[in-house]
Amino acid sequence: MADLTRRGLLAGGVVAGVAAFTPAASARTGETVVPFHGPRQAGIATEPQAHAVFVAFDLRKDTDRDALRRMMRLLTDDARRLTQGRPALADTEPELAAPAARLTVTFGFGPGLYAHAALTSPIKPLPKFTVDKLEKRWSGGDLLVQICADDPLTVSHALRMIVKDARSFATVRWTQRGFRRAAGTQPGGQTQRNVMGQMDGTANPKPGTADFDLAVWRPDHSTQLVVRRIRAELETWDAADVVAKEFTIGRRLSTGAPLTGTREQDPPDLAAKGAHGFPVISEYAHIRRAHVGDPRLRILRRPYNYDEDVTAQGHADSGLIFASYQADIERQFVPIQRQLAEADLLNEWITPIGSAVFVIPPGCDEKGWIGQEVLS
Amino acid sequence: MSSRLALSLLAVATAATVVSCGSSDTPTAAAPAASAPAASAPAETAPAAPAAAALSITDPWVKTAKEGMTAAFGTLVNNSGADITVVSGASPLSSMIELHEVVDKDGKMVMQPKQGGFVIPAGGSHELKPGGDHIMIMDAKQAVEPGAEIPFTLTLADGGTFEFTAVGKDFAGAKEDYQPGSHNG
Repeated sequence: MADLTRRGLLAGGVVAGVAAFTPAASARTGETVVPFHGPRQAGIATEPQAHAVFVAFDLRKDTDRDALRRMMRLLTDDARRLTQGRPALADTEPELAAPAARLTVTFGFGPGLYAHAALTSPIKPLPKFTVDKLEKRWSGGDLLVQICADDPLTVSHALRMIVKDARSFATVRWTQRGFRRAAGTQPGGQTQRNVMGQMDGTANPKPGTADFDLAVWRPDHSTQLVVRRIRAELETWDAADVVAKEFTIGRRLSTGAPLTGTREQDPPDLAAKGAHGFPVISEYAHIRRAHVGDPRLRILRRPYNYDEDVTAQGHADSGLIFASYQADIERQFVPIQRQLAEADLLNEWITPIGSAVFVIPPGCDEKGWIGQEVLS
Repeated sequence: MSSRLALSLLAVATAATVVSCGSSDTPTAAAPAASAPAASAPAETAPAAPAAAALSITDPWVKTAKEGMTAAFGTLVNNSGADITVVSGASPLSSMIELHEVVDKDGKMVMQPKQGGFVIPAGGSHELKPGGDHIMIMDAKQAVEPGAEIPFTLTLADGGTFEFTAVGKDFAGAKEDYQPGSHNG
């Protein structure tokens, strides 16, 4: 018993030592806070936290521009306090405000919000894609709040506060909860796997680079978000063998390397031909269909897995909350999605069941509030 | 929103309203109101009192209400070396505003006017919170909407006044029974 304890302590010491040498890992502690104030909203370039909830609201009929201003002041105030590990104003559970665990609260405006404010919406719902089997309960929404943190209780508390302050102005349309690897279980910045076992997000632009800024931010520091709920058809995916799965994706499942390379970050060689003269990466492979060269046309994927109740028959209800950030949905997201919808082999095993679009307005400073530029 | 319009008009009528954006601000003492919006505030313009200049409030908020009774909360902070006593409160929201406490009456928590008002100790603070001392609005003339900015004026024992703006906030609690008292706050 004493031996086990000592070994446990030793192992703990080693882990702590590694964490101390890795900035990304040491940033993954409960006490870490992500700044709320700034020209751009947090929760986009922020390294994805382990837990997320996306909640979309329908505004009540009488929620006009004046009411929207009041609502956004209240919600901004909640966010600026909670993200810093401080209780919200009139917080009934102030004890839950800390640790902040890298909490971010990000607000998005759907086309309907602009209509309520008597303004022209800069975005419109996505065109219908042939692969879509959209359900109303996962689609649309006037206001989106994306709440992310490395601790699920912190997420719950923030969601509770936000909903309590929003519900005089709006009703909840849908709630989507998602997760990635638990904080600290793999080094920060490493690509994560989705419930189908695939590496997801390898080709993402890297925060802090010019390519990232070109893909994601508009000159006014706003961006645009597409949230798609994509069901994974795990029962049929199980029936496919590894060769078929890798042919479908164009990458090795084990390493995430393209079929033309050996390491995950190797650029795929789309021109490479196999022994019989066929492309190594199929014309219909997911990574070829999704491939974009021009940084201005790329998207930032910030996805979360979902895994809901298993059916009585033992079938999974899981998939991806696909959150895609880009400066311009029409210029960037729509062409990629059209390419995928036309001929992506992966379509056999995934089904989009939810879809929503939002403008992510700029951030704000200590005196301001999110949406001020739009609603003033 | 007609109620908001009414409030805005009242706010304009109040000469020196502290402009506060949301609840995160900490309004500091303002010049005394040139014309008091409610009956219980002093009718005359008083010179700026040292006590008022030393007073501030953190996180002021008002429980939303359709009409009738509601209450305002926040933490009063005294930055001076002498005690400050708040003797009355006023707001365009209602002409009936009292300074209340919550006390245990035969095992039941009831609220009643606080005799002598709120005393903020020298260099200290005094918290107004649900279940404790609070500014009671007896008969709000219009709805307190969530996110609305409601002006308040506190009158101090030395005759000085202190103004702040509290934000309307939905809140399920703060439903203590009212025990009308014979003494006024």
